[in-house]
Amino acid sequence: MNEIPNSLRTGPDEGGHFGIFGGRFVAETLMPLILEVEQAYDAARADPSFQDEIDYYAKHYIGRPSPLYHAARLTEHLGGAKIYFKRDELNHTGSHKANNVMGQILLARRMGKTKIIAETGAGQHGVATATACALFGLECKVFMGALDVERQQPNVFRMKLLGAEVVPVTSGRSTLKDAMNEALRDWVANVEDTFYCIGTVAGPHPYPRMVRDFQSVIGTEAKEQMLEAEGRLPDTLVACIGGGSNAMGLFHPFLDDEGVRIIGVEAAGEGVETGHHAASLTGGRPGVLHGNRTYLLQDADGQIQEAHSISAGLDYPGIGPEHSWLKERGRVEYVSATDRDALAAFELCSRKEGIIPALEPAHALAHVIKIAPGLPADHLICMNLCGRGDKDVHTVAKHFGMEI
Amino acid sequence: MTAEPIAAEDFAPDSGRIKARFDRLRAEGRGGLVTFLTAGDPDFDTSLEILKGLPGAGADVIELGMPFTDPMADGPAIQAAGLRALKAGQTMVKTLELTRALRESDAEVPIILMGYYNPIYSYGVERFLADARAAGVDGLIIVDLPPEEDDELCLPAVRAGLNFIRLATPTTDAKRLPAVLRNTSGFLYYVSILGITGTKEIDDAPVRAAVERLKQHTDLPIAVGFGIKTPEQVAAICENAEAAVVGSAIVRRLEQGLDAEGKPTPGLARDVLDYVASLAEGTRRG
Repeated sequence: MNEIPNSLRTGPDEGGHFGIFGGRFVAETLMPLILEVEQAYDAARADPSFQDEIDYYAKHYIGRPSPLYHAARLTEHLGGAKIYFKRDELNHTGSHKANNVMGQILLARRMGKTKIIAETGAGQHGVATATACALFGLECKVFMGALDVERQQPNVFRMKLLGAEVVPVTSGRSTLKDAMNEALRDWVANVEDTFYCIGTVAGPHPYPRMVRDFQSVIGTEAKEQMLEAEGRLPDTLVACIGGGSNAMGLFHPFLDDEGVRIIGVEAAGEGVETGHHAASLTGGRPGVLHGNRTYLLQDADGQIQEAHSISAGLDYPGIGPEHSWLKERGRVEYVSATDRDALAAFELCSRKEGIIPALEPAHALAHVIKIAPGLPADHLICMNLCGRGDKDVHTVAKHFGMEI
Repeated sequence: MTAEPIAAEDFAPDSGRIKARFDRLRAEGRGGLVTFLTAGDPDFDTSLEILKGLPGAGADVIELGMPFTDPMADGPAIQAAGLRALKAGQTMVKTLELTRALRESDAEVPIILMGYYNPIYSYGVERFLADARAAGVDGLIIVDLPPEEDDELCLPAVRAGLNFIRLATPTTDAKRLPAVLRNTSGFLYYVSILGITGTKEIDDAPVRAAVERLKQHTDLPIAVGFGIKTPEQVAAICENAEAAVVGSAIVRRLEQGLDAEGKPTPGLARDVLDYVASLAEGTRRG
């Protein structure tokens, strides 16, 4: 890899590789298109007016910068480290997904594409994509596993209200993985006018890099805000990981800051030992799916296994290739939190801070709850609160045995 | 990274079966029929029974799909076939067993394994190539390995004496074609439509033009696939291509012979083979 010695921020190489991970494992029909996206993105990056456009919409439409908030009551309750939340749940559409979508949709416009397709699990990426398409008058089709359509009804309605077509996917086992297969199939059939807006730091090159770049605004802001608030960098970063885009966005600007401990939290579902989980790095091994080599949940014969998590947004059997590389480099620690831990964190955050978090960052919070009490009061934790929990109230109510 | 082209002398001698088959077709003055079935669909024994009957029914080249949970370039028919096979316990080891048994029954018919990279990567590339060669496999078509990833499997395969057959598509323009042709051997598979398998009807005129264009760049035989399901379409394709590939339509025919539990009904193999025989008629017209 063509990297500056001592920097972990220069990847991927020309072929889209982070070490052995990443790459471009797609059908020939898609290759010319992938190369076109790569060229268009390289040209856009070199054009200051592209970043100006992103900055404009980030500020006036998404509502950036998101605050860095000292969660004082939670800090007091846990009695240890000083806890900050990076509040990306306050973004328009309710999660960090808007950062990436705005970048990709502006790129699609530059490329003259008129139709946008996207896959979605929890519906957050789908809603963000439908929103940007409404804003710019683009046709939008969102592929969503039929099971997820059922468990995320409010987001399905939101997407339809925004003018998007929601396509329930019944192939395979009807979840996020199958939605991504179906989006790729649609793209193969409609390469001429369609742009595929991928929701996480996965897929064929240049997507993992491009999505990371668009999400890095999270870490760049957090760094400045922490310096302003505390006069120094945080000691520990914590973020949840499904595909890994909110985590990569927070982590990437800090990768070369050696004193900063970085922790990614995967979804352990019912427990990694039960086999019912979504922890690809903890319980998987390297393989090739959806255009890239990365850690995957798979059986001994290389067949992909279904992920399990209470959080539909973490319910994916793979993970962005850069995370796989950071794991093997040892720069980022990857741990996991169970459904039960996440639910407890969800409740605690609501009660102590008046913030109902999405179930995804509730996994990150579960790990903060675990480590904070054992750390000194001057230890600074920055956790990415990447989404709000409105979409999850039905799921959580069901688990608490309540009816809404 | 794009692999450098490897010199012809680095290609290990292959089985020669693909070349011999296309030489014979040329001598007979007709096009060939390439048939696709998923290994182990609907179960190992039925699959083997059909496969053994294919050469007699008129299949000139046999493509055998390696089942995968996430076939991103395949339509509903082949997706379902893969899931049926996996449910019936098909594994890579069993697919190679099936190939070996087929090879024992026919020493000449070219056998191409077709599928996606992960099951091969999981099995181990070197071990896979050695075992596939030993089982009588002649070539590979791996959908998610474009020329940009030639280091993964294409180059090891041609060094191990297996043909690596590439797909060219309507999006493969003149600028990209040399990369697609580099390191490919056996034949070139032209994907006739923009889309996944078994979902659109083939459109004669543009396909004919595309085949003509490809012939200006390669001496390899050209097989055309995606969207072919009648003897008439086979005949039309064979007017200027060396072979026609039929996949989803055969798989659907097989599916029709399954009962509500997905178990094969009596006469299923015969019915699939009769259909193949009718398609083969198309190679003898014109």
